[in-house]
Amino acid sequence: MAQARPGRAVDATRARLAPLKLPEGAAPLTAARQAALARLSDMGLPGRRDEYWRFTDPAILNAPEAPAAAVLETDEAPVFDAIDRLRLVFVDGVFDPAQSDDPALAGVEISRLAEVADDDIHWAHGLYGTLEARGQVPVARPFAALNTAFAGDGVLIRVTGRAARPVSLCYLHRDARSDIMLHHVVRVESGASLTLLENGPAAARQNKVLEVDIADGGAFHHVRAQGRDHERRAITHIFARLGTESLFKSFTLTVNGSLVRNEAVIELTGDNATAHIAGAAVGDGAFHQDDTVFVTHDALNCESRQVFKKVLRNGATGVFQGKILVKEGAQKTDGYQISQGLMLDGDSEFLAKPELEIYADDVACSHGSTTGAIDEEALFYLRSRGVALQDAQDMLVLAFLSEALDEVESEEIAGDLRARLEAWLERRRG
Amino acid sequence: MLEIKNLQVKLEEEDKQILKGVDLAVGAGEVHAIMGPNGSGKSTLSYVLSGKDGYEVNGGSATLDGANLLEMEPEERAAAGLFLAFQYPVEIPGVGNMTFLRTAVNAQRKARGQEELSAAAFLKLIRARAKQLKIDAEMLKRPVNVGFSGGEKKRNEILQMAMLEPKMCVLDETDSGLDVDAMKLVAEGVNALRDGKRGFLVITHYQRLLDHIRPDVVHIMAAGRIVRTGGPELALEVEQNGYADILEEVA
Repeated sequence: MAQARPGRAVDATRARLAPLKLPEGAAPLTAARQAALARLSDMGLPGRRDEYWRFTDPAILNAPEAPAAAVLETDEAPVFDAIDRLRLVFVDGVFDPAQSDDPALAGVEISRLAEVADDDIHWAHGLYGTLEARGQVPVARPFAALNTAFAGDGVLIRVTGRAARPVSLCYLHRDARSDIMLHHVVRVESGASLTLLENGPAAARQNKVLEVDIADGGAFHHVRAQGRDHERRAITHIFARLGTESLFKSFTLTVNGSLVRNEAVIELTGDNATAHIAGAAVGDGAFHQDDTVFVTHDALNCESRQVFKKVLRNGATGVFQGKILVKEGAQKTDGYQISQGLMLDGDSEFLAKPELEIYADDVACSHGSTTGAIDEEALFYLRSRGVALQDAQDMLVLAFLSEALDEVESEEIAGDLRARLEAWLERRRG
Repeated sequence: MLEIKNLQVKLEEEDKQILKGVDLAVGAGEVHAIMGPNGSGKSTLSYVLSGKDGYEVNGGSATLDGANLLEMEPEERAAAGLFLAFQYPVEIPGVGNMTFLRTAVNAQRKARGQEELSAAAFLKLIRARAKQLKIDAEMLKRPVNVGFSGGEKKRNEILQMAMLEPKMCVLDETDSGLDVDAMKLVAEGVNALRDGKRGFLVITHYQRLLDHIRPDVVHIMAAGRIVRTGGPELALEVEQNGYADILEEVA
């Protein structure tokens, strides 16, 4: 990891760090932040030559200053509005208690990263930055280390029971020049469960880390909607660790965005655990969306699924880099990965790098990746039954995305997301 | 009702003439069968009538109640009352059979200026029609044709036909891949739709389907033309002697 970096990269890292300063906070957090800064200095910021940055240009994420991004104006009700949930609001990356619900929910302790004081003996002290640090091997994730070092706000959620309502993080973007880092830590205790929702344009440039530690028998559902702000530049990371018989499910909808990279690093460390990660992305024109996923099986009889679908038109680019690593001894692993690009015209591009690395002999792993246009046979079949061309096309686009959307367990939430996709298609009609 | 005059069709991407002047007229309430050896152009005729891409009409006409089918989009042909039961029904993962049928029924009603069916009315109708064809609720919920057996796919075609209530039904080798029981079921479904007004054009390779769906007129097609037309006895002649005799005769 600590390879010598070319001088240019060192200069770029130095320039990026110059305007930043480590947030003040409790001593254990400061130690974690300093350790993260040291990690970052070792690895440096990424360049196009880095193996996992060949398809996505990190320049705009590397730049010391974020370019401005227009604040999205829309009459559309925000996603999840109709869902009964506990809302926590961040405005340009800063928690806003006035707009948030009272963070009181049975079986859930919620605190704010910015308010963890020096003398608190907070449960998150031992966890903050820990899963991120573990996730730096074997593939470096410099922006995650940058985040651990400099993120000043976020939520710390400890789940001790079955949360009756989802906790919903709503990100509002008000300042055209906001450049934010948020770091959330979730600890799901044994037998506990939580659904976490995330939505909203957040900022002109955003860097997020979500660390999720799930104890034995715990369950964590995560549903995220990124949209419709066109100028979004986002780098997000999920680091999850799963205990025995635990469940992790994450789904992300990405609508628009000039640069979005969603990284997920998932480690199955206890037997019989299940991890599903899925994404549906729709992009038109200046759209670049990248899912980079790394799932490690390090226990017996675990199941993992990666399902990523991207609908692209008008020069949009979709990237998928997904890996399943099955460690020695992780027998009876059931690993599945599918990534598919649906091109609505000839200008768009889907770049996929599926990887399997297996060191156990009794496993069932499969992966597939396809790029294609709308199926002409299916289109004709629908039209021959009287469905108009445009409706038939939209039906097939939604059908294409459905395998990913089916990963959302709540029908109410899935229905809300499906409506966003329908609206996106509707807006693209002549 | 369906009038095909001197229809000439070639493949769009190859210089290959498939139909070389087909003449055919199906009147209201009539059942016509087209039989013929492989490669005679039977399926091409069904595709050209329903508007599939890849074919170029280079002569003749096809009208449904006087309206020029060949100028219409496939969905307009469907709304005008034409239905094609596919030889190979297409699997569409991600689209529920029920959703698909409801969208199709309402799209056609809308195109014809009729009111859309309510969810409840639709459900009542489809349950009754599905029962006749021994299609269970599970099959209606599954994605269109995905994982259906050959027989289930063909029954699903007939269900769509029953729901869409077309004026003119074209059945392209609906008997292919069916065992005797499945064929009976499908034939019963088709016969239930014979109401003295609806027209049928049944394309088949074998006579056996015609034991169950009794045609009024039988046409023999070969090398892109109708070479003989007769009554049901013509199908029996084919059954006994094959196509060779007829083809020799007309050659």
